[in-house]
Amino acid sequence: MSSPAEPLLSVRDLHTSFPIHSALLRRKVGEVHAVSGVSFDLPAGRTLGLVGESGSGKTTLARTVIGLERPRSGQVLFDGRDLVTLSGRRRGAKAAELRRIRRQIQMIFQDPYASLNPRLTVRQIISEAWMINPGVVPRHRWTAEVNDLLARVGLNPDHADRYPHQFSGGQRQRIGIARALALRPRLVICDEAVSALDVSVQAQVLNLLVDLQADLGLSYLFIAHDLSVVRHISNQVAVMYLGKLVETGTTDQIFTAPVHPYTQALLSAVPVTRPWAAPPRQQIILTGDIPSPVSPPSGCRFRTRCWKAQPRCASEEPVLAHRLGDHPSACHFPELPAQPQPAAVGAR
Amino acid sequence: MDHPLLSVQDLTVQFRTRAGTITAVDRVSFDLAEGETLAILGETGSGKSVTAQAVMGLVPRPAGQVTGGRIIYDGTDLLTRPPSEARRLNGTELAMVFQDPLSSLNPVLRVGAQIGELFRRRRGASRAEARRKAIELMDRVGIPAAARRVDDYPHQFSGGMRQRVMIAMALALQPRLLIADEPTTALDVTVQAQIMALLADLKAEHRMAMILISHDLGVVAGVADRAMLMYAGRVVETGELREVYETTAHPYTRGLMASIPELDGPRERLQPIPGAPPDLMRLPSGCPFRPRCAYATDICASQPPTLAAVPTRPDSHRAACHHAEEVLADVVAG
Ligand SMILES: Nc1ncnc2c1ncn2[C@@H]1O[C@H](COP(=O)(O)OP(=O)(O)OP(=O)(O)O)[C@@H](O)[C@H]1O
Ligand SMILES: Nc1ncnc2c1ncn2[C@@H]1O[C@H](COP(=O)(O)OP(=O)(O)OP(=O)(O)O)[C@@H](O)[C@H]1O
Ligand SMILES: [Mg+2]
Ligand SMILES: [Mg+2]
Repeated sequence: MSSPAEPLLSVRDLHTSFPIHSALLRRKVGEVHAVSGVSFDLPAGRTLGLVGESGSGKTTLARTVIGLERPRSGQVLFDGRDLVTLSGRRRGAKAAELRRIRRQIQMIFQDPYASLNPRLTVRQIISEAWMINPGVVPRHRWTAEVNDLLARVGLNPDHADRYPHQFSGGQRQRIGIARALALRPRLVICDEAVSALDVSVQAQVLNLLVDLQADLGLSYLFIAHDLSVVRHISNQVAVMYLGKLVETGTTDQIFTAPVHPYTQALLSAVPVTRPWAAPPRQQIILTGDIPSPVSPPSGCRFRTRCWKAQPRCASEEPVLAHRLGDHPSACHFPELPAQPQPAAVGAR
Repeated sequence: MDHPLLSVQDLTVQFRTRAGTITAVDRVSFDLAEGETLAILGETGSGKSVTAQAVMGLVPRPAGQVTGGRIIYDGTDLLTRPPSEARRLNGTELAMVFQDPLSSLNPVLRVGAQIGELFRRRRGASRAEARRKAIELMDRVGIPAAARRVDDYPHQFSGGMRQRVMIAMALALQPRLLIADEPTTALDVTVQAQIMALLADLKAEHRMAMILISHDLGVVAGVADRAMLMYAGRVVETGELREVYETTAHPYTRGLMASIPELDGPRERLQPIPGAPPDLMRLPSGCPFRPRCAYATDICASQPPTLAAVPTRPDSHRAACHHAEEVLADVVAG
């Protein structure tokens, strides 16, 4: 993903894993390799869509970027500063700098209800962020600022003293967005932020995110399993499989000229609303499920579900690099989708 | 349709809650022929699941009650039958697959035993025979290494595989009507495609009638013959799926179509429906969609619209909107 602008966020060879403990043996017996060597750049004011099946490591990647998980190795560069090395310190100048930077990265979650404290009013929920991060908004400005934020996300400021349960699902998601905006972030990570919403309300929230980006110059890392939504909102797309990125590019590159078989399979699985009007397409129905990240397949991690797998795929890991076309992919045998795919793939 | 397999007429289901009584399903009517697939579509709370529950005799009592209408299955009214007889139909004639397969499987019973149980209890099969049938069915719904996995527990299966187990159980006694309530909503697109392909195969093979419930207009488009859109417990538009999607005559359907980003469409600003789905406790007078509708006029507040034939396909396509012809004209004009 090349861009003339300096990236706001630059992730370099990031690895995050979770230990598996055996209660019986009272020791670590293995590791879940949730994120295994991920690198990408996100320029300021742009949106990077992150797609991949359940368990591919999207949320873990996001949590590592905002500092909720500590990576085993790698860098998370925000504005050129590595948050991983900064986070080694509890106090002092480095810790203060880390807090100042972290504030600029906020996250919006899938389940707006679970992420809002039911005992606080909307006003309290939003002001809480300023209490924890003094100096961002002076206390005498809180009332006005809450009202501004609510109006900005399309909620009635007169409802600021209501509780979360008094709002609909779509309105709660707007509250979550208002809270994320309270600290004036530059990067907002949306983890399945619209997935739980009804389509009519989802469209409202997507439009809101687009408007906020235009007004405030926000950057988004947009995680979603709905590829049509990702295509709609993203400038760039990264496709993740079992802890690794398998293909990255501009939205057009990924959606019109995907060269990795996994990307092609994902795209072909997306239902079309008007199948009779759509250009005929080869539906690739993948067999089986995503393997366990505890002991991923050797070589290419996708090979166990790939119809093109060769012996080389088991012995040699394909790195993410420019191979075919004008964007990086991680497949030894990349092909453009125009190439006819074997019908045998359809066998369940 | 001369002899529908299922004919639902003016079905009304109410729930008594602490805050008052709501009408979750409001005079819903539809027919389903042998081998036909109907998609029931609409947003959260529109009454899709409760409609299915009523057909299956599963409306939770005593809070919920079918307060009106008839459900004629193969010529007889299910609502007037004694519950024991209705129960006998479940599984053998009618079967249902739910959204969340984990909560509908028994966690402490082996998967094969749960499938086999149906053959033992309902068909008097021996243990060995039931086991063989279970493996056969698991194989049929695409569970790899069925003979080995038959002794696994539900938690050892992925979400997609559990949904296949549910489908296997639903198919066990070869029902003539299968109701699938959001069967793929919790699954990845890749697995969703597998399950939808499986349902399409089954439909073709067994001439089984299906009701597919979904909030996603795209998921059902490749499989369903007809579509029925619900809003606030009522049917707002119904017809052949392609007619409904192409020559849309209800503003709600039109709004839904405009809210969906399309994989192959232009990437332009979405046109969402303003507002939120209605509170059934506080429905507006007249048309329930009126507060969110750009076409609404005075008549919409004073007179609830009823389903009426849409001129482009009067024999099958119907919409409940006073301004259906205007909507249709706008849709056709693009
Ligand atoms: N706290 C944890 N402890 C152990 N394993 C974890 C933990 N969090 C995630 N995992 C594992 O890491 C892998 C990646 O999970 P992650 O939640 O990042 O995936 P995801 O792509 O966000 O999936 P989804 O689409 O379902 O949200 C999975 O195998 C998951 O089980
Ligand atoms: N057991 C119940 N008790 C009280 N109200 C109920 C009950 N079950 C459903 N309802 C209400 O009936 C209405 C219709 O619900 P239903 O479950 O049919 O919606 P749905 O269209 O299936 O929505 P979803 O897409 O969320 O599944 C809703 O307002 C719901 O709150
Ligand atoms: Mg996740
Ligand atoms: Mg439902």
